[in-house]
Amino acid sequence: MSATRLPAQDAPAPRALDPERLRADFPALHRRVHGHPYTYLDSAATSQRPRSVIRAVDAYYRRTNANIHRGVYAAAEEATALYEGARDRIAALLDVDRSEVIYTRNATEGLNLVAYAYGEGHVGPNDAVLVTESEHHSNLLPWQRLCERRGARLEVLPVTDRGELDLSELDAVLARGVRIVALSHVSNVLGVENPVAYVAERAHRAGAVVVVDAAQSVPHMPVRPRALGADFLAFSGHKMLGPTGIGVLWGRRELLEAMPPFLTGGDMVGTVHLRRATWAELPHKFEAGTPAIAEAIGLGAAVEYLTALDLRAVAEHSRTLAMHAAERLAELPRVTVYGPPPGAARTAVVAFNVAGVHPHDLATILDGQGVAIRAGHHCAQPLMERYGVAAMARASVYVYNRDQDLERLVAAVRRAQDVFGGA
Amino acid sequence: MAADDLYREYLVELYRHPHNYGLMAAPDVRQEGQNPLCGDEVTIDLKLEGERVTQARFEGRGCAVSMAAASILTDLAPGRTLAELAAMGDEEMLAEIGLPSLTPARRKCALLALKTLQVGARARAGAGVGAGAEAGTGKEEG
Repeated sequence: MSATRLPAQDAPAPRALDPERLRADFPALHRRVHGHPYTYLDSAATSQRPRSVIRAVDAYYRRTNANIHRGVYAAAEEATALYEGARDRIAALLDVDRSEVIYTRNATEGLNLVAYAYGEGHVGPNDAVLVTESEHHSNLLPWQRLCERRGARLEVLPVTDRGELDLSELDAVLARGVRIVALSHVSNVLGVENPVAYVAERAHRAGAVVVVDAAQSVPHMPVRPRALGADFLAFSGHKMLGPTGIGVLWGRRELLEAMPPFLTGGDMVGTVHLRRATWAELPHKFEAGTPAIAEAIGLGAAVEYLTALDLRAVAEHSRTLAMHAAERLAELPRVTVYGPPPGAARTAVVAFNVAGVHPHDLATILDGQGVAIRAGHHCAQPLMERYGVAAMARASVYVYNRDQDLERLVAAVRRAQDVFGGA
Repeated sequence: MAADDLYREYLVELYRHPHNYGLMAAPDVRQEGQNPLCGDEVTIDLKLEGERVTQARFEGRGCAVSMAAASILTDLAPGRTLAELAAMGDEEMLAEIGLPSLTPARRKCALLALKTLQVGARARAGAGVGAGAEAGTGKEEG
């Protein structure tokens, strides 16, 4: 299979998405919930999967079903070609070399890999790691733990009321021995796109490397890690139409080559003796054990699907729909929308609260109308603290959502307000 | 269970105007509990005569289900012994709230007050009544 190529920068504007047509590709959207059509607004937690992804996973088990990198029989060669072909598609999506594309379980594992395999060797007692106040726990806790193990400091970039990073102290903080800057590209709660390229430029001047949690950006926009100035960038397959259990860590080749392995075992070795071993070439050095073969092949199919849609069109769709959602919700009485104010850009997610209705009650009442949203702390408890709330409701959109879904959301929120009697 | 069955008037009414709300100056038992799934928090205060509860009060913040449940539990606790309360089953509590068929995620909201009270009751009664468990009943969300 040939890897899909990125459109050139001056390529013609992409055709706008037609979500109504795309919905036919997503079988799980067509169920009914409590007697209502299913309105799925939780893609930031996990996306739906198109038939092409489900078929790719199914076909691997039905037809190929052999381990990779070992056998010399036909099915094993096929399995390896499918698994590595998916890596080629991911490399093309990111515009990077395939040797830098490491399969992981998810973004969380990729971030932990960097915290251990890079962090242990580069962060010492007088050093610091810089994170932001809006990180998902998966891009906070690996660094918190690294700092505990190494006796290093954890520095934190605050966010403003609009959910933007407060960069006023950035250079001053970086000068205090920061070795790693870990930040999300897009906040999973607020939908704010962080200025990664700017932060990376300042971080590099200060001698730090930049680790980007791209779990909420790669599904929704063209992401080129080198253009962003990232040194490491991690994301999950299941938020971008792919299967669960597969994710990607991209890292700059020279950094990955200098790092020790994270997990050791089969498939990641050069030669092994009882008392010493050498490691396989990149990317296999970081892929110990039999990987999620079917899931990697499925992720390859997801990348093909997204590439055919054109991620510039996906970005426009996710932004427009999320901005509509924020505007529609903010028009309702006693509704607070967090992060960027109505009219400001946001990517794919809207976090909000309804006065007098706990977000969990709200989510239950919405479920009764077939509307699926997330309620809770969204694995970002420090951000909840920042906004002085225990929990938020969050609606998130993707390629298959339409304005009609937002109308159902707004109607269901109004119904919840009626149930709670305008508390 | 459909949402509109769940949010019956009495439950919303208890959420907005809970019974026994506000902590005591000098409780015999005070126990805090959390449900990390939704951030619900509750503190239960008990007044005792011997092993028997004479008064129960609570404070907390959380969803309608957890707050109404705390209100109902603090209504029914007086007159019962710590051992009786420690032995009270989940199904009995759900029946008292009138929500026997909650989904698993929302059961944790409904049972937060009971689990919290039971941790306090067992701690007070000592090791004989049963192991003191964490009041938190939820797995952290991903």
